[in-house]
Amino acid sequence: MNAVVVEHLTKRFGRFVAVNDISFTVARGEIFGFLGPNGSGKTTTIRMLLGLLPPTSGQARVLDVDVVRHPERIARRVGYMSQKFSLYPDLTVEENLRFYGRTYGLRGRALARRQDEVLALIGLEAQRRRLTAALAGGWKQKLALATALLHRPELLVLDEPTAGVDPINRREFWRLLYGLAGEGVTVFVTTHYMDEAEQCHRLALIHNGVLLAVGAPDVIKQTHMPGQVVEVLCARPRVALPVLRAADLAEVALYGERIHIAGPNLEHRLDELRARLEAAGAGVIALRVIPPSLEDVFIAQTSTR
Amino acid sequence: MSTLFCRNLQRRFGKTVAVAGVDLDIAAGEMYGLIGPDGAGKTTLLRMLAGVLKPDAGTIRMAGVDVVRQPERVRSLLGYMPQRFSLYADLGVLENLLFYADIFGVRGAERRQRIERLLAFARLEDFRDRPAGQLSGGMKKKLALACALIHRPRVLLLDEPTNGVDPISRREFWDILADLHLEGVTILVTTPYMDEAERCQRVGLMHEGRILRQDTPSALQTWVPGRMLAVYAGDLAAIAAAVASFPGHLDHHTYGDRLHVFVAPDLTDPEAALAEHLRACGLSFRQILSDTPRLEEAFIHLIAHREDESIRAGARLPSVEL
Repeated sequence: MNAVVVEHLTKRFGRFVAVNDISFTVARGEIFGFLGPNGSGKTTTIRMLLGLLPPTSGQARVLDVDVVRHPERIARRVGYMSQKFSLYPDLTVEENLRFYGRTYGLRGRALARRQDEVLALIGLEAQRRRLTAALAGGWKQKLALATALLHRPELLVLDEPTAGVDPINRREFWRLLYGLAGEGVTVFVTTHYMDEAEQCHRLALIHNGVLLAVGAPDVIKQTHMPGQVVEVLCARPRVALPVLRAADLAEVALYGERIHIAGPNLEHRLDELRARLEAAGAGVIALRVIPPSLEDVFIAQTSTR
Repeated sequence: MSTLFCRNLQRRFGKTVAVAGVDLDIAAGEMYGLIGPDGAGKTTLLRMLAGVLKPDAGTIRMAGVDVVRQPERVRSLLGYMPQRFSLYADLGVLENLLFYADIFGVRGAERRQRIERLLAFARLEDFRDRPAGQLSGGMKKKLALACALIHRPRVLLLDEPTNGVDPISRREFWDILADLHLEGVTILVTTPYMDEAERCQRVGLMHEGRILRQDTPSALQTWVPGRMLAVYAGDLAAIAAAVASFPGHLDHHTYGDRLHVFVAPDLTDPEAALAEHLRACGLSFRQILSDTPRLEEAFIHLIAHREDESIRAGARLPSVEL
């Protein structure tokens, strides 16, 4: 069962193609990541999925609703947390929840009960009467998530939810997402953090409106990396770096006392590279093939286009 | 003798402790990364090191100069790139560089050579007439760096230089820093991105105004005690419930399509032992692999562990609101 089915979706603004013929599916109960730099088309895609922006062409079905034809039918079934979420700073935690609950049509005892449930879920009961402005950054994020959950949405759409959140709160936030996914809620989350994208069940890499890859993080690393990444450990990296830069490699990057190189057929060039480094007096300690990072894949995919 | 040295550096803003006693020893030519979440105190620390903010207490020496007493004397030694580096939006790339050359008294033939060199270095030669306001985020950062380098500083302080920059420009920026490192410039760079720490020779983890630990990137993984196993399975919730009763279990958490399980270091063949345990619980899984903890996991462990210690010692953590 798919929560989201997107086929050949395109959005132009004048001559600018913000989203260019993208297709993907998101299964129910899955945490699906949308990874790309600022301006790559992530938010435009979200706006189309929420029925807020008509696509130029293509199809999108969200929770079995054709959002191109019936955009009005989707809003109440989706929980949406935008980059700049609009919590009222001068309302208390509880008042913010009540306000958003009412906008979703919750009333009376049902609203009070649901409010208690989401407060318990995110662990904010003790702070329910605090002013929202007085909450620490990580808690504001969780409160914004809570407001998006009030109407029990089947799909949660989160646009860069953890930007500027410290690692501990980020982990807490993800623990909540895993819990929700475990209960069958589908989570569609955008991020520009490579390490955060690794935490998704599946993800799509997007760049300049084009999908570069779709799949589980580990699978993408195996299938979408042309060539290998090799870690070079030398006694004198300052000597090694210019030698490697002259060796016709796709990537040469200094990582502290190590150097990462990338390129096609690297596993067959290890002896040659070792010989070059030794001849220059770099003092080679080790050359070993390492798994690529998502960033390696991203760079390799964008530089071949 | 360190090129950049500070002892017991402190700064409050009202009741908020931004920097709560920091010591640093950064050697000549070293690339040092200061990582930490927003509000950890990185920017305040950098502003004090650059001599633009007076500390409440502590000493700073940069290439032998007492920065607290004689901040004007480090200007010629230091390139400082704050988060909001002031570029002139209506001036072109070249004009911005000329302006900064004038400020730092770089004149004549030297000025011409230096600017050409920096334009090439920052890969901005083809954009010399474009107004700075019309550059992409990554190009703005590179121009700001070029301006900060106009007077050939020996020490470079960079405050989150890659924030909001796309991955490709980010990598290019780090390649430029590698060039500076090869030239022997001493670099202190702050970042909220854990993965960037690996680009530095040494890393300090900053949290609530203190540097919790500093080490080489290759030593980072030893910050988490025990070994980490990655369990790949369909029903991670059931696996998570079962690993808690595994002898030698220290901690666990979900990480994408797998569960990261931290176990005691003295177990022999922990993969097999955990596999056995899970099977005995009637659970199936795809595989169990030994893996290296992510830096973020080391960071979280350090912070959590430190809080445990404080609680045990009956001490209270300083309340830091930023």
